[in-house]
Formats: sequence, C-alpha cells, structure tokens
Amino acid sequence: MPIAENNPQVADKRGKRGRGKVKGRVVDLNALLEVQSLLGDSSRGRDLLIEHLHKIQDRFGYLSAEHLVALASEMKLAVVEVYEVASFYHHFDIVKQGQTPPPALTVRVCESLSCEMSGAHELVYALESSLGDGVRVQRVPCVGRCDRAPVAVVGQNSVDNATAGLVQSAVDAGHTTQALPTDSIDYKTYQAAGGYRLYEKLIAGETSADAIIAALEGTALRGLGGAGFPVGRKWRILRESPAPRMMAVNIDEGEPGTFKDRFYMLSDPHRFLEGMLIAAQVTGIDQCYIYVRDEYPSVRENLLRAIAELTYELPAIEVRRGAGAYICGEESAMIESIEGKRGMPRLRPPYVAQVGLFGRPTLEQNCESLFWIRDVIERGSAWFDSQGRNGRKGLRSFSVSGRVKNPGVHLAPAGITIRELIDEYCGGMSDGHAFYGYFPGGASGGILPARLDDIPLDFDTLQEYGCFIGSAAVIVLSTQDSARKAALNAMKFFAHESCGQCTPCRVGTEKAVTIMESNEWDVDQLMDLSEVMIDASICGLGQAAPNPMLSVIRYFPQELGLEESQP
Amino acid sequence: MIEFSLNGEMLEALPDETIIQVAKRTGTEIPHLCYTEGLRADGNCRACVVEVEGERVLAPSCCRTPTPGMVVNSNSDRALKSQKMVVELLLSDIPKTSYKLDNELTQWADKLGVGAPRFGARPQPVADLSHPAIAVRLDACIQCSRCLRACRETQVNDVIGLTGRGAHTAIAFDINDPMGDSSCVACGECVAACPTGALSNASGAHLLEADRVVDSVCPYCGVGCLISYHVKDDKIIRVEGRDGPANFNRLCVKGRYGFDYLNHPQRLLKPLIRRAGIPKGMNEYFDPENPLKMFREASWEEAMSLAVDGLKSIKAELGGDALAGLGSAKGSNEEAYLFQKLVRAGFGTNNVDHCTRLCHASSVAALLESIGSGAVSNQVEDVKHAEVFIVIGSNTTSNHPVAATFMKNAIKQGKKLIVLDPRRTDICRHATHFLQFNASTDVALLNSILHVVIEEGLTDKKFIAERTTGFDAIKANVSEYAPEKMAAITGIAADKVREVARLYASSKASMIFWGMGVSQHIHGTDNARCLIALSMITGQIGRPGTGLHPLRGQNNVQGASDAGLIPMMLPDYKRVDNAEMVEKFSTYWSSKLDDRVGLTVVEIMHAILAGKVLGMYIMGENPAMSDPNLNHARAALAALDHLVVQDMFLTETAAFADVVLPASGWAEKDGSVSNTDRRVQLGKAAVPLPGEARQDLWII
Repeated sequence: MPIAENNPQVADKRGKRGRGKVKGRVVDLNALLEVQSLLGDSSRGRDLLIEHLHKIQDRFGYLSAEHLVALASEMKLAVVEVYEVASFYHHFDIVKQGQTPPPALTVRVCESLSCEMSGAHELVYALESSLGDGVRVQRVPCVGRCDRAPVAVVGQNSVDNATAGLVQSAVDAGHTTQALPTDSIDYKTYQAAGGYRLYEKLIAGETSADAIIAALEGTALRGLGGAGFPVGRKWRILRESPAPRMMAVNIDEGEPGTFKDRFYMLSDPHRFLEGMLIAAQVTGIDQCYIYVRDEYPSVRENLLRAIAELTYELPAIEVRRGAGAYICGEESAMIESIEGKRGMPRLRPPYVAQVGLFGRPTLEQNCESLFWIRDVIERGSAWFDSQGRNGRKGLRSFSVSGRVKNPGVHLAPAGITIRELIDEYCGGMSDGHAFYGYFPGGASGGILPARLDDIPLDFDTLQEYGCFIGSAAVIVLSTQDSARKAALNAMKFFAHESCGQCTPCRVGTEKAVTIMESNEWDVDQLMDLSEVMIDASICGLGQAAPNPMLSVIRYFPQELGLEESQP
Repeated sequence: MIEFSLNGEMLEALPDETIIQVAKRTGTEIPHLCYTEGLRADGNCRACVVEVEGERVLAPSCCRTPTPGMVVNSNSDRALKSQKMVVELLLSDIPKTSYKLDNELTQWADKLGVGAPRFGARPQPVADLSHPAIAVRLDACIQCSRCLRACRETQVNDVIGLTGRGAHTAIAFDINDPMGDSSCVACGECVAACPTGALSNASGAHLLEADRVVDSVCPYCGVGCLISYHVKDDKIIRVEGRDGPANFNRLCVKGRYGFDYLNHPQRLLKPLIRRAGIPKGMNEYFDPENPLKMFREASWEEAMSLAVDGLKSIKAELGGDALAGLGSAKGSNEEAYLFQKLVRAGFGTNNVDHCTRLCHASSVAALLESIGSGAVSNQVEDVKHAEVFIVIGSNTTSNHPVAATFMKNAIKQGKKLIVLDPRRTDICRHATHFLQFNASTDVALLNSILHVVIEEGLTDKKFIAERTTGFDAIKANVSEYAPEKMAAITGIAADKVREVARLYASSKASMIFWGMGVSQHIHGTDNARCLIALSMITGQIGRPGTGLHPLRGQNNVQGASDAGLIPMMLPDYKRVDNAEMVEKFSTYWSSKLDDRVGLTVVEIMHAILAGKVLGMYIMGENPAMSDPNLNHARAALAALDHLVVQDMFLTETAAFADVVLPASGWAEKDGSVSNTDRRVQLGKAAVPLPGEARQDLWII
C-alpha cells in the first residue's frame, strides 16, 4: 500500500484541507509511517486491532494520539473505534499531546486476595518510595501466581514472594522478561509417551468422531473454566451446527486465585494442543483461536513454540493476546475481544454455540477442558469418573493459595472437602495460622466459614450455601484474616473489572464498594443491591459479584458487629 | 404468531417482535431507557427486565422475543424490584436539576414511585461546552449508548464511542477530545437520542416549551427531510426531524440547527430604492450591515411602481427580449411556476433561468435525451436494495448528509461501494473500491468501463434488445477505450477498472449516484451520458436497487426545473419551440408566448454586456457571488439599466439593484418543494414575516 495514497486526512504543511479547517484530528505522516512499518504486511482486518495496538505499545511504551489516529487511518476505522478499544484495556497507556508518557519500566504489583493477604499493600508503598521516578508502580488485579504471593511483575518478569529488595534487584539487573520454562514437555517427549496417537487415529479414521463424542458424553468431564457445561454435549451441539464453525480457546484465567491454566500450559502444552486438535476434528472446525491473557507472556511463547513443533496438516490456529481485562475470560466478551473490540459480554440468547466468533457457531472451551480429552478417552470414562470422592465424579485441578503450607495446583478428586484438601494435598495450614474460612471458587465463588469444612467441593454442591466452585480456585483464610476485608477486596476487583455495560454491575459494584468501605455496612441496602445485580446483570461478573459480600453477611456477621445467624 | 403470556394475559407476538414491543402494542408499560424506537435494542440499562418462568435470571424485554408458551411477568415483585433499583441507581448519579424537559429517567422514576435515591453520587465530570451547537454535560449521562448508536449506526458518523470501563465508562468523541474539537459534524442525532439531556442544544432551547409545532420540509439541500418547527413567541426555538420518506427522522447540522438566519440582524425589513447618484457595485457604499448607505427605505407602493415601471419601459422600448428573470431553486414550486409565467407571459420572453444551469442542467439534458425523464430513476433510500453502488463526483457526506447516511447504512449491511472521484472524500473510508482518477478524465474512465463491460460480454443483451436503441453506436464509440490504453490518461490501472466494471455489471442490482463533480464540466452532459449508457447496457435500471440518481443540490432545484424555470422548457418539460405547447400555454395564460428558446444564466450575462438585455428581475439568486466568472457577472449586472432584486438579505447581487424587495424565508411561507427523489412535499408557515417583508408569491 502506498504511503498515504493521497489521503487528505494526512496533514499538509498548513494542517488544513479544502477550504475550512479539518474536522477532528489529522493523520501525522511520521506516525503513519511508523505504524505502517510496525504492521508490515500483516492484515489490516479489524479483528487484529488489539494485536496492532500491542505492537505500538510494545515498541513505544505507550499509545500516542498520533499513533492511534494513524492506526485508524491504516485500518480504515474511525478514530473513535480505535480509541475506545485502546481505552478499555488496562495494558494500554494512551498518551495525548501534553501528557507525560509513562516511564519506560512498569512494576505491576498484584493486589488481589492472596497477594493482599501476603502484604501487597506494604510492598506497593515500599516500592513507591524506593524505586523512584524512573519506574512506574501499578496496582493490578490477579496475575495468576497466587501460590507465590505477594507477586510483583517487573516489565514482564514475575518476581515471586516479592520483597522490595527482590524487585529492586530485578530492576537494577534489567531482568524484565520472563524466561521460558526449561521443563516444559516438548513434542518429542510428549509423542514418545504416546502423545498424539489418539489424534492420529482419529485422522486416520481408526477412531470415529461419534465414538469420541459418545465417550465424552459418558463422563463427568465438564467445562473447567467455571461454568461446568458438559463437554460432550457441547461438542455434539457444535457438530450439528451449520459450517463454518469456529473454536475459541480460553486461556484468560483472571479469576483471583486461579492459576491452573498457566501451570498446565507451561508444563505440558501438547496435551492441550492434542485435545484442541481432536475437538476441531470431531466438530469439523478449521479455524481455532487461542486467547491468552497478557499477564501470561511465557504461556503464549510456550504455546507458539509447541505449535511450531507440529507437523500435521493443521487447522488455522491463531494465538491472540489479551490486554489486561478480567471480563475477557467471560466467553462472549472473549469473542468480542478476539474480534478486536471492547470486551463487553453479549446478551444471550443467542448463545455462542449458535452465534459466536465472527457470527459463526463457536466451540468455546477453557484450555483445561481440552487438556483432559486425551486422558479421558484413552484411559476411559470409568477411570475418570472413579477419581471422585464423597459421591462426586472426576478430577479437579485446585489452585490453592492463602494460609496453607504447600500452595499450588493440586490435582485432587472432585468432591474432596476443604479439610481433606488442606490436610492431604497442602501439607496443612501454614505455621501459626488457624483455619478460619475459604473462597471455594475464586473471588466470585463466595466465602465459606471454617465450620462448613465438610462440603464436597464440586459443581452443583455449593449452591445451597450461596457459593460455587467455578474454576476451583481455593483461597484459604486464617484467623489472622478478615472475611470482610477479603470481600471488600473482591468487590473492588469487580468494580475495577466491570465492563461498564449494564447498570446493575457498573453502578452496583461501585456503590457496593462505597458502602462496604464505610464503618458500618448498610445491610439492607447491600441486600437490595445484590438482588438487582444477581437478577439483572448481563453476565456472570455482575451476577456473582455480590457473593463474597453476601457470604460475610451470612457467615461472618460478627465481623460486622451483627448477631450470628445460622444458615 | 407466537402465543405467550404477559402478566397473566395471553398475547400474540409477531415474528421478531420483542416482549417490550408486544407489551407496548397491547397497552402494558415496561420501563425502558436504553431502548427507543428507531435504534437497535442494546439491552444495557436493564430497566426493562422481566421475569421469564423457568429462567434463572431476569431478561431484558427489549432484546427478548417470546417463544410459544413463554410465561412472562413484567410487574411481579421480583421484576419490579430490579426495574426500580436500576432507575434508583441511575438517578443517584445524575444532577437534581434536569437538562431536559422530558427527562426519561425522572419520568420513569415518578411512574415507578422511586423516591430520593439512597446511594451517594459518583464524582461528576465537568461540562464540555466547546461545541457551538451541542452542550455535553456528562453528569447527566446514564451510559445508555443511545447517542453512540445514533452516531454510529444511524448516521454512521462514527464520532461517539465509549471510553474506559466500569464506573469510568463514559461517552467520548474521537480520542476523548472536546466535542468542539472533534470530527463531530453536529448532525444532532445524538441530542435527539439522549434520554436525559446529557447531550442537549447549546442554546438552552431544550428547556423551553414550544407554543406550537409546525410541520415543514428542510429548506437546505435536495434530500428533502421532513421537519417540524418548534415555535415559541413567534420564534423558532428548535427543529426536530419527522418520519419523512427521505429522512426517517434523521437530520443534518443544517436542518437541525440552521434556522437562526430568519432573525439575523441583517434581514431586510423594508423595500429599498437606490439613492440617487450612488454607483452600482460592491463599492464603498455597499454594506449589508447598513443598507441605507446605498439605498433609501421606501413604501411598498413606491418600490413596486419603480420596479415595475423600469421593466415596463424597457419592454415598451426594446421588447420583451431586452428583459430577463432569474428565479430560485430555493423557493416553492408555486413561486417557480408563477415566476416563469410572469417572465413568459408578462415580460414576453423565454429569458428565464435559475441556478440549475450551474448545477444539474447537464444531467437533466442527458437524462431527457437518453431516457426521456429529467429526474432520478430511484430514490436514495433504494440503495438498501442494491448490491453495489457507485458514487461519482459527489461529496455526499458533506453535501447530502442524510442521503449519505442511507448509503453508509447499506455499506454496513454488506453492500459494496465504488467511489470514482479525483478527490478522496470522507465516504471513501467506507468504499470497497476507490478509483482516484485524474481530474477531468471522467469520459475516458467511464468509456473504459463501458469498454470492459462490452468486451467481456457483461452486457444485458435482453435489456439492450428490448429497451434500448443505438447500442452499436456506443459499442463502436468505446471500442478504442480499452482501460489499458486509458490508464495513461486517467491514472487508473486497467485491472482496477476491469474489477469495478465487472462488479457493477454482474451484481444483482447496481445503482449510480452522481453530483456536481460530474455535471459541472464543459463535458458534464457527456459524463452523464456515459453513466446512463452504463446503466442501460448492463440492464442496471428499472428495478429496485438499480438506476440513476443525480443528487440534486438545492431543496427545490428539481421542482423549479419541473415548473419550467428554464429557458427552453415550459412547465413539465414542454419545449418552448413546440408550437402545439406554445399554443396551449398561450391560451391558458391568455398571453401570446414567445416560441424561441430563451437565454440561460450565462448567456444572459453575455447578452447584457452585448447591450441586448437591459432589465432584470432576480429572485432568491445571487449571480454576483455564484456565477462562474464573477468579474464578468458583476460587470454585466452593473451594466443593466434596471435591476430588481427580491431577497431576504442585501446580497452581492443587490449591490447592483435599483430596487430591493424584502422577501420571505422558507419557514415564513406555505408551499411545496420537490426533492431529489422527486417527491413533492409540503411546508407550512411557522412564524410571521418580520417588518414589512412580504410573501414571495405576493411580490411576484
């Protein structure tokens, strides 16, 4: 494409066109040349807007008004269409004329539940005074390393169990990128251990798609992103939908407390890829989009490396990069984001299985759901289902953080109780901490008190307690913690991450934070608020946001100075 | 029909009808804010949520269509609780004093009995008053996105977006620029859409209650938007779009905000007569601020007799051909008809013309010659039935903004736009193909497209055989215009021309729009002939979504031509040299009509300087400003013995007048106008005439 193709929106010497002054902003020629050279010959399709914004942000450290206008011109978009997307995502820094660009280096300090409990605020204060003006310190929501709280991310380099000293050393040493894991199972190793045999058999016709769907329908394998929709049924619906069909894989685990996807994608990416390829083959999909949260650069790299190792005739696979938005873990918001838009959830119906990515029927799966496909099929549904405990079936990958000795991803039977999980898998409570309560499913899954320590942890078992297991992110609180404080942290998180589309969530979370920050909670107001949020929000974020707050009212009234009321 | 129950009553829904639409049709009110008729339902405010039996959460009734047997409750305790809470939450964040008379949020709060909100207000943004026409007060914004949809989906101006997220979600213009600095074209569609007055008229008129509302037509361009004037104390306070066939409630900046000229201080209020000894021309005596430097005020009787006597004496001395009249494309059909009748029957000459000469006369000539009708074949809105459409020589978004919205809507539905223009106009952003050819090489380019169509066998042979004549002549004529040969002239690569030719010729329905870029040429008629030939040989005419549409400029340039305000045609395009017609009209008007073609705008100026035309009557036109060669035109006007100018203002042309008659503005009169679609639409007087200004019809 020629430079400006006689584009009158490009400013000439007078900064004018035609008779009058140009309406709105004109394209700066230098910025346009820079954008053109950054984009190279990549597509100017609208769905790549976020990818292109990343290129500019990565190269210049921020998005200048000139670059945004140039990018709009280059992509044949209206300026506002570029701006509104850029302004939605936390990882983009928009700098207009007269504003100061951010320092070259940013240290992001996670302030979500587990990190806050481990002293994130103190760390922020320390860093703000010690790092000086050359480094920006940002408080950010969960970065998915809750088992090593508190966490600070220097550039893209995560500093685990961070202290001001450790962060300072990383800054001083210029360690700003994340090294790729050295123990990630590569293609050769994975294949040598029987990997991709199932996929090859499927392609060769030795195993039928019907048989795989039937087998999945016969197991307890459900969507492990949190919603728990049976995997086999989803595949059947997609397979019977009109072509072309799309696949969208969700590796945007932003639920505070959750880090299982990162764990699996760094340790064994091919097991997931095989599952994805099987899903594509079985459901007749030839376009797969993998959406990886921007907090996980090493996951993205590791996946790209693994994909590059494959020699099969593959469906089209695109790995897309998030840009700092929890809401994009919501399935329809993720689709909007892949399409290059603000991550605002869609109204349903229609469901994404019917009208999803680019308006096509879409199989959307959490990466862990696909990760287990091979094992479930090869080892059989009986094996998988027999893994459960306390009357439940299957396995769950618990991301455990908080006051336990051995936090981390623990693959445990579905239906295990919190007591069993802490004692058998986590080495018990941390020294000096007594069990007080727990989030069974991340920030949105509510809080349960220590006395309810015998509930089987699984889909469907926690509803009556006003909670859910979601992505199985268990955060353990001790008597040194406050449920009220944790609930406020969660509500602030939801207010921060609300997409802002619907009133109950946009206004409700904000008003709830204000009330919860006051010395005395107005419980009646909060109950009223929670009702409209649960009933009338568009998506799960708003609907689940009141859970921790309601849990405090229900299970921890003493923290509010109220009478204990038994559930 | 889908049977379902709403609040215990069995109802029938039409296919695609949403719950809220059925409710409204059957008399049940459901609160709603982000939903409004005419905009895509978005379902974001959640004020319209209803309870659907068997569903976990409430459903937005604006986005949900009933299914058979669905049990819906809009007034259950649960539904009402959420509806009220949504209104209360929004109410807590907007100022107590409303920026709008009919604030929809407070209206619903009253209806639902929502009292003073219990929640604290958000931190409020400061007002953005940077725009001359639109005030932005986002403290009253409820983030319903109606303005965004109006801007992006209705008008497709793409200025308004959402910035930030969560509680920081806000309306933004471009890169969150002040509205006045943004690319906003001030169509005002967002103001019309805003339920709370967060976007409102900067004049403050939105807080005034009108005494009366008068239906009319927009007086600006040829699109012909229907409007209503809101009048208070005999002054227009605002204009709103009506659901007219050419605008569907939409308006542009001119129609919505351009009405204050009626009360401009320079408005002529009394007849004026040139002071003795003051030279004609735009000299030191010419001052629209103070007309009395050049003229003196006179009574209507004196001015009229002076005006008429001057014309009469020239006619008496030299005959009717020494007189000429220029009528107006901005007047009504009735005025145009009466004006040309006055010149023909009264002056006794066909020297009558108007600005169409400088506008689409070439298109009209080509259309009359080729298809026998000097108007469009299909209305603008028909573009929604097209698959492909060409825009050539038209900066549609600027000159016919509302027409352009229908084009942009069509593009959003996947229609393909081909822009042929030496200039990159704003609509090019939406074009699938843009051929930026060298200026004045229209014929070479269009002939090469014709060449490709014929060479590649893309013609509609049946259509050609049954409906056309002279195909072989065209074929022979364009045989030497291969795009490969023309590329050096037009600057367009042959493969691009071929692609465009194929696209246009082979689509199910293709339409052509053109503007002054085609007609205002010495080869303007040829340009139009090429376009007409293109539509004929491909059979892209005579069906929905096909055809030819010269976008007419002034609000009544179509009607004025139809009424005979041109030197070669009597009303209804009957030629003045057609003896039968001359006879008919002579009898009808009881006056012997001249049967020789009269002089055009340009020819009149030549004739004046040649001493052949000595007296003129000019109504609502300003040749001293709008003619191609201003020095020439002004010299001619100065050479007239007698010039009568009828206008609202002391125009440049009035600087050459002997008598100036104060005329009426559109909103001050009754009359009909014909738009670019050739629809005749009626305007009613909304406000009284100022001073001693009189109705144009009366003056003529």
